[in-house]
Amino acid sequence: MKILVCIKQVPDLESRFKPNGQGVWYDESDLAWRMNEYDEYAVEQAVQLKEQLSGAPEVTVLCIGPERVGEAVKKALAMGCDNAVHVQDAAVAGRDPWQIASLIASYAKDKGFDLIFTGMQSQDRGSSQVGVTVAEFLGVPAVTTLVGFSYDGGVVTAKRELEGGGKGVVRLRTPALLTCQLGLNVPRYPTLPNIMKAKKKEILPLQVAQLLTNEPLAATVSFHAPAKKGGGIVLEGDVGSLVDRLVGILKDKTSVLR
Amino acid sequence: MKVLLIGEYREGKLLESTYELIGFAEQLGAESAMVLVGSENLGLAYDGDLYLARAAVCGEYNPDLHKQMILEVVGKENPDYVVFVHSSYGWDLAPRVAAQLKAAQVSEVVAVQDGAFEVGCCNGKMRRSVKPSTGKAVLTIQAGAFPAVKRDGLPRIQELAATGDSRVEFVGYEAAEAKDIDLTRAEIIVSAGRGIGKKDNVELIAALAKALGGELGASRPVVDAGWVDHSHQVGTTGQAVSPKLYVACGISGAIQHLAGMKKSEFIVAINKDKDAPIGELADVLVVADLLQFVPALTAKLK
Repeated sequence: MKILVCIKQVPDLESRFKPNGQGVWYDESDLAWRMNEYDEYAVEQAVQLKEQLSGAPEVTVLCIGPERVGEAVKKALAMGCDNAVHVQDAAVAGRDPWQIASLIASYAKDKGFDLIFTGMQSQDRGSSQVGVTVAEFLGVPAVTTLVGFSYDGGVVTAKRELEGGGKGVVRLRTPALLTCQLGLNVPRYPTLPNIMKAKKKEILPLQVAQLLTNEPLAATVSFHAPAKKGGGIVLEGDVGSLVDRLVGILKDKTSVLR
Repeated sequence: MKVLLIGEYREGKLLESTYELIGFAEQLGAESAMVLVGSENLGLAYDGDLYLARAAVCGEYNPDLHKQMILEVVGKENPDYVVFVHSSYGWDLAPRVAAQLKAAQVSEVVAVQDGAFEVGCCNGKMRRSVKPSTGKAVLTIQAGAFPAVKRDGLPRIQELAATGDSRVEFVGYEAAEAKDIDLTRAEIIVSAGRGIGKKDNVELIAALAKALGGELGASRPVVDAGWVDHSHQVGTTGQAVSPKLYVACGISGAIQHLAGMKKSEFIVAINKDKDAPIGELADVLVVADLLQFVPALTAKLK
């Protein structure tokens, strides 16, 4: 059995974002990077399945991007993936979901993956398109927004999260692609021995030009902060004075403090 | 300009979000037609062409069949845009349709400006303007971003027949967990978000809730981490609340959370990030380390 996990490296979302020189994406300087949270659920699910099947599946992790994404790849390997593919691409930030999906599909198309796990979306771009589009390119069924997963003899039973807190239960045969949502599992922290072991695992470098066959279908023309609607009061200062000012406002503007 | 709207239907009911698609079409000034996999006699307030397939026959969730039916109608109607709600149904189906049409998809549109579509990014902190470069494009609109519009009159129904195989079998629905705490009736809610840092700090937030005489709420990441029980969750997959006072502690303001608390009468956000999206909605944003501020506020209230 062969499993592919697709991951993205994203900035810490607590960061302050400012537009880059072209004004179409964020400036990458002064950002701390980490693995996209939804992709951590994807890695964890793949590794849990490998454990369930006594280590039989080979789990490959794939990441597209410049040198820096190597850190996210190493984390996935330390979490338990067996090997990695790093599609080296300095221009990754400018690619639309269609191009990213086509890159993944051109890598995966003749590899015979039984299962492909992705995050349901990236935290920075948030398009929630890449996973499903990869499945369309490959002609395999896809199910999105997984909060439950079980596998038995080539059949996946998955729970999809729905609005209002309910779930939709579906069943499908492999090969298949699944996109993972918060709540699916609790991603493990890599242990020191596993971090050391991961250093010996293979990371296959591929040039993006080898896989690139599709032009983008959409262009970002501007990246900017939302227009401030205003109205709210912003309180800053030392804690003591903040408390007094907030209590004053609550007494003034609400009926809840007597 | 012509748009094809993809209505939503679940567990035998038309979803109200369907009317936001009509509102979006009106904002574009576009003609519209609609596809719905549902049933007859839903009382759909829409006066356009409705391509109706029976959910009883093709299933409420059956991406292969729904995709094929939408593509068939796209062939007949030749729309400029195919529009879904950005929901568990829409974000699942839209990329399948877009891929088959080799059409650009723009996800979670919140506004239309100068021929470009505005979408949120970076957890709602920033925006992008996106222009499709293909003749047709697929769009998903953010739930709640466009007004729900009902139109007088009856739809002109054209029956759609399902053809083709489906590779995903729908087994059934699982109901949401029962709520033992009814936050919808609370007058004061103090909610904990990921910014509280660790489970031990839930006590600080609960103490503030108690000092104010309110209930403890929580954002989704805090519930998923197991720090607070799901019955306290506020948001799209939790409870929708409208208290007199809502205090959001360490909650950045993901759209799913905002959707559950934006009807609160007065909103106070406590966050160390001045740019957090919750600040857009808050009547008062306190920029502070909540681990210091919250206990100080609790002490003062006592």
